[in-house]
Amino acid sequence: MTTPANLKYTPSHEWVRTEADGTVAVGITFHAQEQLGDIVFFQAPEAGRKVKQGEECAVIESVKAAADIYAPVSGEVIAANPEVADSPERVNRDPYAAWLFRLRPSHPAELAGLLDAAAYAKHAESEKR
Amino acid sequence: MLIFERSRPGRRGAVRAPVQPGDAAGIPQNQLRARPPRLPEVSELDAVRHYTGLSQRNFSIDTHFYPLGSCTMKYNPRACNALAMLPQFLGRHPDAPPETGQGFLACLFELQEMLKSVTGMAQVSLAPMAGAQGEFAGVAMIRAYHDSRGDAARDEILVPDAAHGTNPASAVMCGYRVREIPTDADGNVDVAALGRAVGPRTAGLMLTNPSTLGVFERHIVELGNIVHGAGGLLYYDGANLNAILGRVKPRDMGFDVIHINLHKTFSTPHGGGGPGAGPVGVNATLAPFLPLPVIGRSAEGLRLLDERDCPLAIGRLGAHLGNAGVLLRAYVYMRMLGAAGMRRVADYSTLNANYLMAELRRAGFQVAFPGRRATHEFVVTLKALRDETGVTTMDVAKRLLDKGFHAPTAYFPQLVPECLLIEPTETESKQTLDAFVAAMKEILEEARRDPQLVKGAPHATPLGRLDEARAARDLDLAWQPR
Amino acid sequence: MPFIPHTEDDTREMLAAIGVAAIDDLFDEIPPGLRADALAGMPPALSEMEITRLMHERAAHDGAWLNFIGAGAYEHHIPAAVWQIATRGEFYSAYTPYQAEASQGTLQVLYEFQSMMASLTALDVSNASLYDGASALAEAVLMAVRAHKSSRRVLMPRTVHPSWRKVARTLVRNQGIELLEIPFDPGTGSTTLEALGRFKGSAPAAVVIPQPNFFGVLEPVDDLADWAHANGALAIAAVNPTALALLKPPGEWGALGADIAVGDGQPLGAPLAGGGPYFGFMTCRKDLVRQMPGRIVGATRDRDGRRGYVLTLQAREQHIRRAKATSNICTNQGLLATAATLYLALLGPAGLAGVARACHANTLALAARLTRIRGVARAFSGAIFHEAVLRLPVAVAPVLRALREHRILGGCALEQDYPELGHALLVCATETRTGGDIARYGAELERVIEQPPRPAAEPRG
Repeated sequence: MTTPANLKYTPSHEWVRTEADGTVAVGITFHAQEQLGDIVFFQAPEAGRKVKQGEECAVIESVKAAADIYAPVSGEVIAANPEVADSPERVNRDPYAAWLFRLRPSHPAELAGLLDAAAYAKHAESEKR
Repeated sequence: MLIFERSRPGRRGAVRAPVQPGDAAGIPQNQLRARPPRLPEVSELDAVRHYTGLSQRNFSIDTHFYPLGSCTMKYNPRACNALAMLPQFLGRHPDAPPETGQGFLACLFELQEMLKSVTGMAQVSLAPMAGAQGEFAGVAMIRAYHDSRGDAARDEILVPDAAHGTNPASAVMCGYRVREIPTDADGNVDVAALGRAVGPRTAGLMLTNPSTLGVFERHIVELGNIVHGAGGLLYYDGANLNAILGRVKPRDMGFDVIHINLHKTFSTPHGGGGPGAGPVGVNATLAPFLPLPVIGRSAEGLRLLDERDCPLAIGRLGAHLGNAGVLLRAYVYMRMLGAAGMRRVADYSTLNANYLMAELRRAGFQVAFPGRRATHEFVVTLKALRDETGVTTMDVAKRLLDKGFHAPTAYFPQLVPECLLIEPTETESKQTLDAFVAAMKEILEEARRDPQLVKGAPHATPLGRLDEARAARDLDLAWQPR
Repeated sequence: MPFIPHTEDDTREMLAAIGVAAIDDLFDEIPPGLRADALAGMPPALSEMEITRLMHERAAHDGAWLNFIGAGAYEHHIPAAVWQIATRGEFYSAYTPYQAEASQGTLQVLYEFQSMMASLTALDVSNASLYDGASALAEAVLMAVRAHKSSRRVLMPRTVHPSWRKVARTLVRNQGIELLEIPFDPGTGSTTLEALGRFKGSAPAAVVIPQPNFFGVLEPVDDLADWAHANGALAIAAVNPTALALLKPPGEWGALGADIAVGDGQPLGAPLAGGGPYFGFMTCRKDLVRQMPGRIVGATRDRDGRRGYVLTLQAREQHIRRAKATSNICTNQGLLATAATLYLALLGPAGLAGVARACHANTLALAARLTRIRGVARAFSGAIFHEAVLRLPVAVAPVLRALREHRILGGCALEQDYPELGHALLVCATETRTGGDIARYGAELERVIEQPPRPAAEPRG
């Protein structure tokens, strides 16, 4: 399943999952990891950092590219995924399980403006080369 | 095996310290090194065998056809090396006064003058030690020019989306923001898009011509007018000068400042990654800003101009004169070509590229811009092959190694999917080009018949395909003793 | 046609295959107004024989000199094997090792180079070389500012080579980075904690620590590195690689060791050659490696599990990261790094230490001989490695001119960059200077000083 229906998405290929406690987990999509190739490193944002929606907050590195990760919603960074730090290749193996970092959203209304699975799938298809 | 693994404690080379070994008497105890560095202890024969053996694991121009687009892998004449390494030149200290080096300085001054002639620019500095340093100097001079006129609002440099990565990187190093201009379907900068992008914030536009897509920017004069009309300057990335050497001068195309890659167009050796040299040329307005030193001539002779002579210079890029040995090699090369020889470079590099393009098309390959002439290089796309067989450009590149050819540039420019940028240069014969076409045909056929053979390449090199992901994940950047 | 192999038959067949009548037709996309005419100012072609003669004449005109200048470029004996092997076509005419399977020679040499430089400086990782020491220092400043994140100020002692300071200024100026100059102690010729202390409030991102410094004097590196760390700054070491065979390496400075080490690798196998090509080196602590500019080689395995080498961490570099790259660097100084690897392998740790000791002893002997001349004295009291600053009783430029009449290059005059030092001369005697050379210099200098030449109208430079 390359675009799970229960997640929200951004045009810059991040996915967002709302957790029970109101925080959100953020990762990159199947399409993104396929474009990047073998992931080798993730530069996580520091816990406590406040970010605005659309702000560059992290970098994910593959052998052939280093892509910026943009905050899908405004909020405060809570944590980065230690499993990804240890084994970045998890992002290739299961991009939807290997969350990159968690945010506490400051403007929950922004979530509604994100893309749903169908809209994102269409967007990703249009970018395929 | 690494040289450290051949090491045996106590083994020494033939090199002996001179007759008066001395001790470290004048150095305080707490400044002394406690443990010696981990350098190998080998005999001279061990070292010679080891490094000679390593050299034999390399492809090189001296051993293989090397059609790397945008790199201009032409033959490096041996005379250039021999004459640059004459002992009096090799023994010259950079701070020795000019009176002691008029012969040396004559070569460099004449190189400056010849580069002016071939580019049409008013003044040249030989200081930058690489193309990227030349780019930095060029953008820094653009900045100095606008600053000197109090034009502080200009904070943007425009760059085509097909540009080489050093262009935006150099602009950012000079404190500019970068704005990308799209390429049209013909492989040229989108003129209308440029017109919309220029304005009071435009400091300049960086261009390569022929472009990184291997085609000539037909609207170059118009592009220049648009940028100049908005008060910006035009920067020429000289990476592809080989295509037009002696036929078109960058100054005539409207460029205000240029850099030249001596290790491309003027055949100085690539050396496994350097040293290069990236002299910059400018129009008269920008001449006061040139990086130091510039070689000047006066009644007393030749000397290196300094900050007292050129108070507006952007500064220095290196501690000394630049890559002097590289400059001498380029000088010898240019003297052996002369005026007529310059133009022949453009003629035959272009002939070779167009011939190769025609033959590859005949063999079934798809070129990116079928309606355009090749310049000194052209782009082939293997997207259809990938869709049909799963064999990628990377696979084809690796299989070429098995056939005895270094692969062309792969995946650059990024605009064309699954691309190869192919630049034969003028020093290759028709026979070599025909052999390359034959090899490419074989690979095409293999891709259809037995894709795994191609995907598993290379098979004939000392090592098979190397795991780059592992290298980046488990960093091992220096030998550690077990 | 030099270097162009095409016969008339070849050309005719190729034009036919393309479908054009003449080579000119291939340029029909170029607007006619842009066609250049004959290249005025370009001399006619010379044959290889003719250019060989010309170059030999020019080289003979310049001749050979007895050299006592150091000042950042050092005359050392380079074993014959170094350049014989480095100029083998397989090394000389190879490209950047982007296709790793075709470049294992270059890649393994660079991995060995990185290993040697890391060990020499006692830090964890090295890159595969930069353009020269001065630009490497500028890159270290940029790197420290990136790593530090909050300050854009760096402390730069005046004992750092004047040209290196100029280069650093040129390369960092447009990025809003401030280089604050720290004065030196006029007695010792080194940087003191007192001098640094006055800049405590500037909250610098880094402190540059040369060793030895431009005057040849040894800096109190432990104190300076500790001060940097105590004040939240990185310690950038700017070191001479030959000296590191004898001196405590940057990774062992102070309690924590320096964070980044840079220098010029010219002493390791690069001839003086009028100023270049040399190479810059940069090593650093493991956790800073992703901030380090330039190419880096890493070890890995191939599909059959055999050990091999590739360029790695390329995502930081310009050809991928573009505007967000760590730097705009494209080439390194591959051939010079290759020569340095050969040089270090041929010398080994004992050989390099021998060269360092001989340089130290010879410079002490030179200084001792020259200070026997009345009015000539050491300018500084600090311990030195292989250079010394001497004060002369007369103006330096005429003395150097008089020495040149005896084919002696007496040293580097300091008055332009350090006017406060008066008639000051920086002299150096490496392992290539014999007792006879030193005696000859002593005798000539004595003659010149005791009968000072009439000051002539001095040409600049």
